[in-house]
Amino acid sequence: MTTEERILTVVKQVAQKPVPSDPEESLFESGVLDSFALPDMVSALEKEFGIKVPDSDLHPRKFDSLARIADYISVRVA
Amino acid sequence: MAFLRGFGSYLPARVVDNAELAARLGCEAGWITSVSGIEQRRYAAEAETLVDLAVNAANDCLSRTSIKAGEIGLVLVSSGSSERRFPGPAAEVAARLGMGGGSLINVPAINVPAINVPAINVPAIDIPMASAGSLFGMALAAQLAPSCGAVLLIAAEKMSTVIAREPLDKNTAILFGDGAGACVIDPDHGLAKIGHWRLHSDGSFAQDLRLEFGEPLHMDGRVVILQASRKLPAVIREVLEHAQQPASATSAFIMHQANQNLIVRVAQALEVAPEKFYSNIARYGNTSSASMLIAAAEWNDRAGFRAGEPVVFAGFGAGFHWGALLATGVG
Repeated sequence: MTTEERILTVVKQVAQKPVPSDPEESLFESGVLDSFALPDMVSALEKEFGIKVPDSDLHPRKFDSLARIADYISVRVA
Repeated sequence: MAFLRGFGSYLPARVVDNAELAARLGCEAGWITSVSGIEQRRYAAEAETLVDLAVNAANDCLSRTSIKAGEIGLVLVSSGSSERRFPGPAAEVAARLGMGGGSLINVPAINVPAINVPAINVPAIDIPMASAGSLFGMALAAQLAPSCGAVLLIAAEKMSTVIAREPLDKNTAILFGDGAGACVIDPDHGLAKIGHWRLHSDGSFAQDLRLEFGEPLHMDGRVVILQASRKLPAVIREVLEHAQQPASATSAFIMHQANQNLIVRVAQALEVAPEKFYSNIARYGNTSSASMLIAAAEWNDRAGFRAGEPVVFAGFGAGFHWGALLATGVG
C-alpha cells in the first residue's frame, strides 16, 4: 500500500465514518473527526508508521486533512 | 514533609441546567451532555463575588478540619477569573478570614459572619492560574508548609461572568460553572502524606486557551484536548513511576474536572477503570481551578484516604500548565 492508502485506512478505522475523497478537505469541518477522535488518530498513525509525534507537533492543523497528514508523515519517516 | 489535613468547598445556590443554557445558546441540551458529560452547573448571584466564593469554601474547610484562623501560616488563592488586574483576591480573602487586617469587616456574603479580630497579617499569595492552579498550589503549599506552617489553599472561580461576554461562544459557554474549593496542607500531620509531584509548563500554546481582560474566553478545544490527552497520562505515569506504584494500585484519581470524555480518555490511557476517577462534572461543570478541590472535598466525604493507599491528583489547563501529585493515606 502507498502512504496515502495507509493513512486513509487509519482514518477510516478511527473515525468509523466515510472519508472525503478530496485529500485537501478538512476532516474536522466535514465531520469525520472530532476533538476526541483526533488523539486516537494520532496514536494510530504513530503505530502504523512506527513514528513518535512529539508534543510540539501535536496541533490539529498538522492533521486537518489527508494531504496534511501525508505531508507530516513524509517528513517524520524521512 | 507535608500532609493534607482536609478539604472544603462552596457551590453557589443557583442551578443552571442544560435546557436553560441550550435555550440561550441555540443548541440542543442533549448535545451539551454528549460532548462534555455536563448536565448542570452552578452560577453565583450577580452580587456574589469571587472573594465571597473563596471565603465560603475556606470557612467550610477550616470548619471541617477544626483549624482556627490563627493556626494558618500562609494563604494561597488560585483563580483564573479574578475580577481585577491587581490586587488579586488572596489578601482580601485572608482579611475576610481574620488572617489579615484587624478592623471590623462588614461581610455581606452568604454564610460569612462579620469578624473583629486582632491583625495577624498572614502572607497571602495569588496564583493567577486557571484550570491547573489548584494542583500547582497544592505542590507549592507542600513545599512551603515546613517553613511557613499550615497553608490554606483556596481555588475560586466565577466563570459565569467570563462566558457571558459577547459574542457568546456555545463551545465554551456550555462547559463552565462557578464554585470554590479549599484544602489545608500541614507540615506535621493529616489525612494523607504528600509524596512526589511533577509540574510542567509550555508557553508555546498560550494563545490556544486564554482570557484577555474584558474579552470572551478563547479556547481552541481541539488543541486543548489533543495536548491534554497526551500530557495528563504522561505526567501521572511520571509520578507513579517515581513512587514505583502501578496505576492499578492507585485507589483514586482526582483530576481537574474539565470534560468527562477527557477524564475517561485519561483512564483508558492508564488502563485504569474510569470508576477510579472521581467525577462530579455532570453536576457542577468545569469550575476551572476550583474543580479539583471541589471534587476532592466530595470524594473525601464519600470515600476518603485509606492507610497506605495512594491517591493521584492531576490537572491540565491554560498556559499550558499541567502536573500530578501523589498523596498516600496515613493510618
